[in-house]
Amino acid sequence: MSTAELTAREDPPAAAPARRGARHLLRGLASNRRTSLAGGFLLLVGAAALFAPLIAPHDYRDIAGTPLTQGGALGVDDYGRDVLSRLLIGLRTSLAVALSAVLIAGAIGTALGLVAGYGGRWASGVIMRGIDILLSFPPIVLAIAVVAAMGPELVNVVLVIGVLYIPRFTRIVYSQVLAIRGVEYVEAAEIMGTRRSTILLRTILPNVAAPVIVQLSLSVSFAIQLEAGLSFLGLGAQPPLPSLGTMVGSGRDFLEVQPTLLIYPSVLIVLIVLALNVFGDGLRDLLDPRRSGTDS
Amino acid sequence: MRRFLLTRLAQAALQLFAVGSIVFLLVRLIPGDPARAALGEGATEEQVAQTRETMHLDDSFVSQYFGFWGRLFQGDLGTSLISSRPVMQDLPDRLGNSLELVLVSLLIAVTLGVLLGRVAATRADKPADHALVAGSIFGISLPVFVIGTLLLMVFAFLVPVLPPQRFTTPWEDPVTHLQILVLPVVTLTAASCAVITRMTRSAMLETLSADHVRTARSKGLAEQRVIRDHALRTALLPVASATTVELTTLIGSTVLVETIFGWPGMSSLLMSAVGQRDYPVIQAVVLAVAAIVILVNLVGDLVVRALDPRAEEA
Repeated sequence: MSTAELTAREDPPAAAPARRGARHLLRGLASNRRTSLAGGFLLLVGAAALFAPLIAPHDYRDIAGTPLTQGGALGVDDYGRDVLSRLLIGLRTSLAVALSAVLIAGAIGTALGLVAGYGGRWASGVIMRGIDILLSFPPIVLAIAVVAAMGPELVNVVLVIGVLYIPRFTRIVYSQVLAIRGVEYVEAAEIMGTRRSTILLRTILPNVAAPVIVQLSLSVSFAIQLEAGLSFLGLGAQPPLPSLGTMVGSGRDFLEVQPTLLIYPSVLIVLIVLALNVFGDGLRDLLDPRRSGTDS
Repeated sequence: MRRFLLTRLAQAALQLFAVGSIVFLLVRLIPGDPARAALGEGATEEQVAQTRETMHLDDSFVSQYFGFWGRLFQGDLGTSLISSRPVMQDLPDRLGNSLELVLVSLLIAVTLGVLLGRVAATRADKPADHALVAGSIFGISLPVFVIGTLLLMVFAFLVPVLPPQRFTTPWEDPVTHLQILVLPVVTLTAASCAVITRMTRSAMLETLSADHVRTARSKGLAEQRVIRDHALRTALLPVASATTVELTTLIGSTVLVETIFGWPGMSSLLMSAVGQRDYPVIQAVVLAVAAIVILVNLVGDLVVRALDPRAEEA
């Protein structure tokens, strides 16, 4: 028996329909000081990333001052480029990679989980064994190997992270589907002769939405760290395009001369990941009170 | 238990087979001729032909595949394109160095994490609990390469108490070895310890209100014994599962930690191979790491199963 099946058996999720409305959810998130703070920060960061080319005082490739001096708001890097502008563009790169990768993983992972949970023994056997195989590699190791083979382009990074995070979604959706497959309203729909695909999309999918949303927010935090790790090792964004990870990586060489080159991107990564984790935890408490406080 | 063991062993074997096939196919992902990609633009036709032979690229696809498995069963993980040495000559030492980092960190993380998780759970909603909850969410939000780089900056450069030193094995110089072990281990421990603390806390909160713990209390057992023998013991089951997952994460994190601290483990072998496009070495390292993860999960599942009293009924 795989770990997924074990968890599915030991931890049947609450099967009550989770349609509580977006307004209710927003009100819940806003009434909690921690989640509203984290959410507000994330909105700010998202806006900064979205409008980065407009608000950046300089082009991220242009020379804006004497290298390694304190010109501009946050100083100038070793090539004489404005650090604030590069932080903004780096933020944009990191967020774009992480978000697209997680959306790919979420879409494919959820679809596979639905099919595995509702498609019969063969489907579940093949899909869940495939997921086990994907989980046999520590994500960063497989990502390094694949990116090294395919070339360090951002598209490849997005695809690799996207594929590597599929299991997170498939496992959760699979165990949820197993738990609600035998519930009365699903059986009722089956008896009434509703098509299986309709049951899957109309009856089952809305019930697995809550944990998927929670997983989306937590996965973005992991994806940002993975992208940053790859970029830190030189396998993500390629110069002159910055990402937060490449900035930490190149900042290492100037530890003694100008430590801020390392500190600014590091602090930004930590704050974003922290905000995502706090927000994700809050979201989980709201959407799935039974699991409140348990670890991802 | 026996049936579970057999199924689980068969599953692990199947996983190894699939992982091996994926690693074999890895070279196929390289756009164009892998031999030319490995050598770079300036290579002569002769060099390319030679490399194609080392990488067995001239055989048919099917015989390449079977050749790959055949050599693997003989313990041949391929030959480095750069040093022309068999990978098996370097891998065991590197593997040992990496496992030292991982196991020392895991031991500290689990001990400390269970201890802190117990403190948090028994003082739920008190200041100590709040501090530990906040600390652990901060801990899991610190990317490994950020902690590592900052530690290096502070303790190797600003306050040089642990200056960077050449790697020394514990047999050559145990004191220096311990000194260079400190920063990488602290880096790896930080995040894992936070995860284990969170897991222990939430698992214990659940068991503290469970029926068997209430029974133990109503029997008049001392609170410390109730916590130790009843609440914590049951809570350790999910913690054991989480530890298995954490071990995989730690193995992955060594890639970053070894690069930052210049630790000559498996991951730094991987990174130098990536830099030199030494594909056979990349394949060998990825395969070895995946094999270790599969083994770790197998052992972890068996341990959890053996610890779980419910497993006997099933």
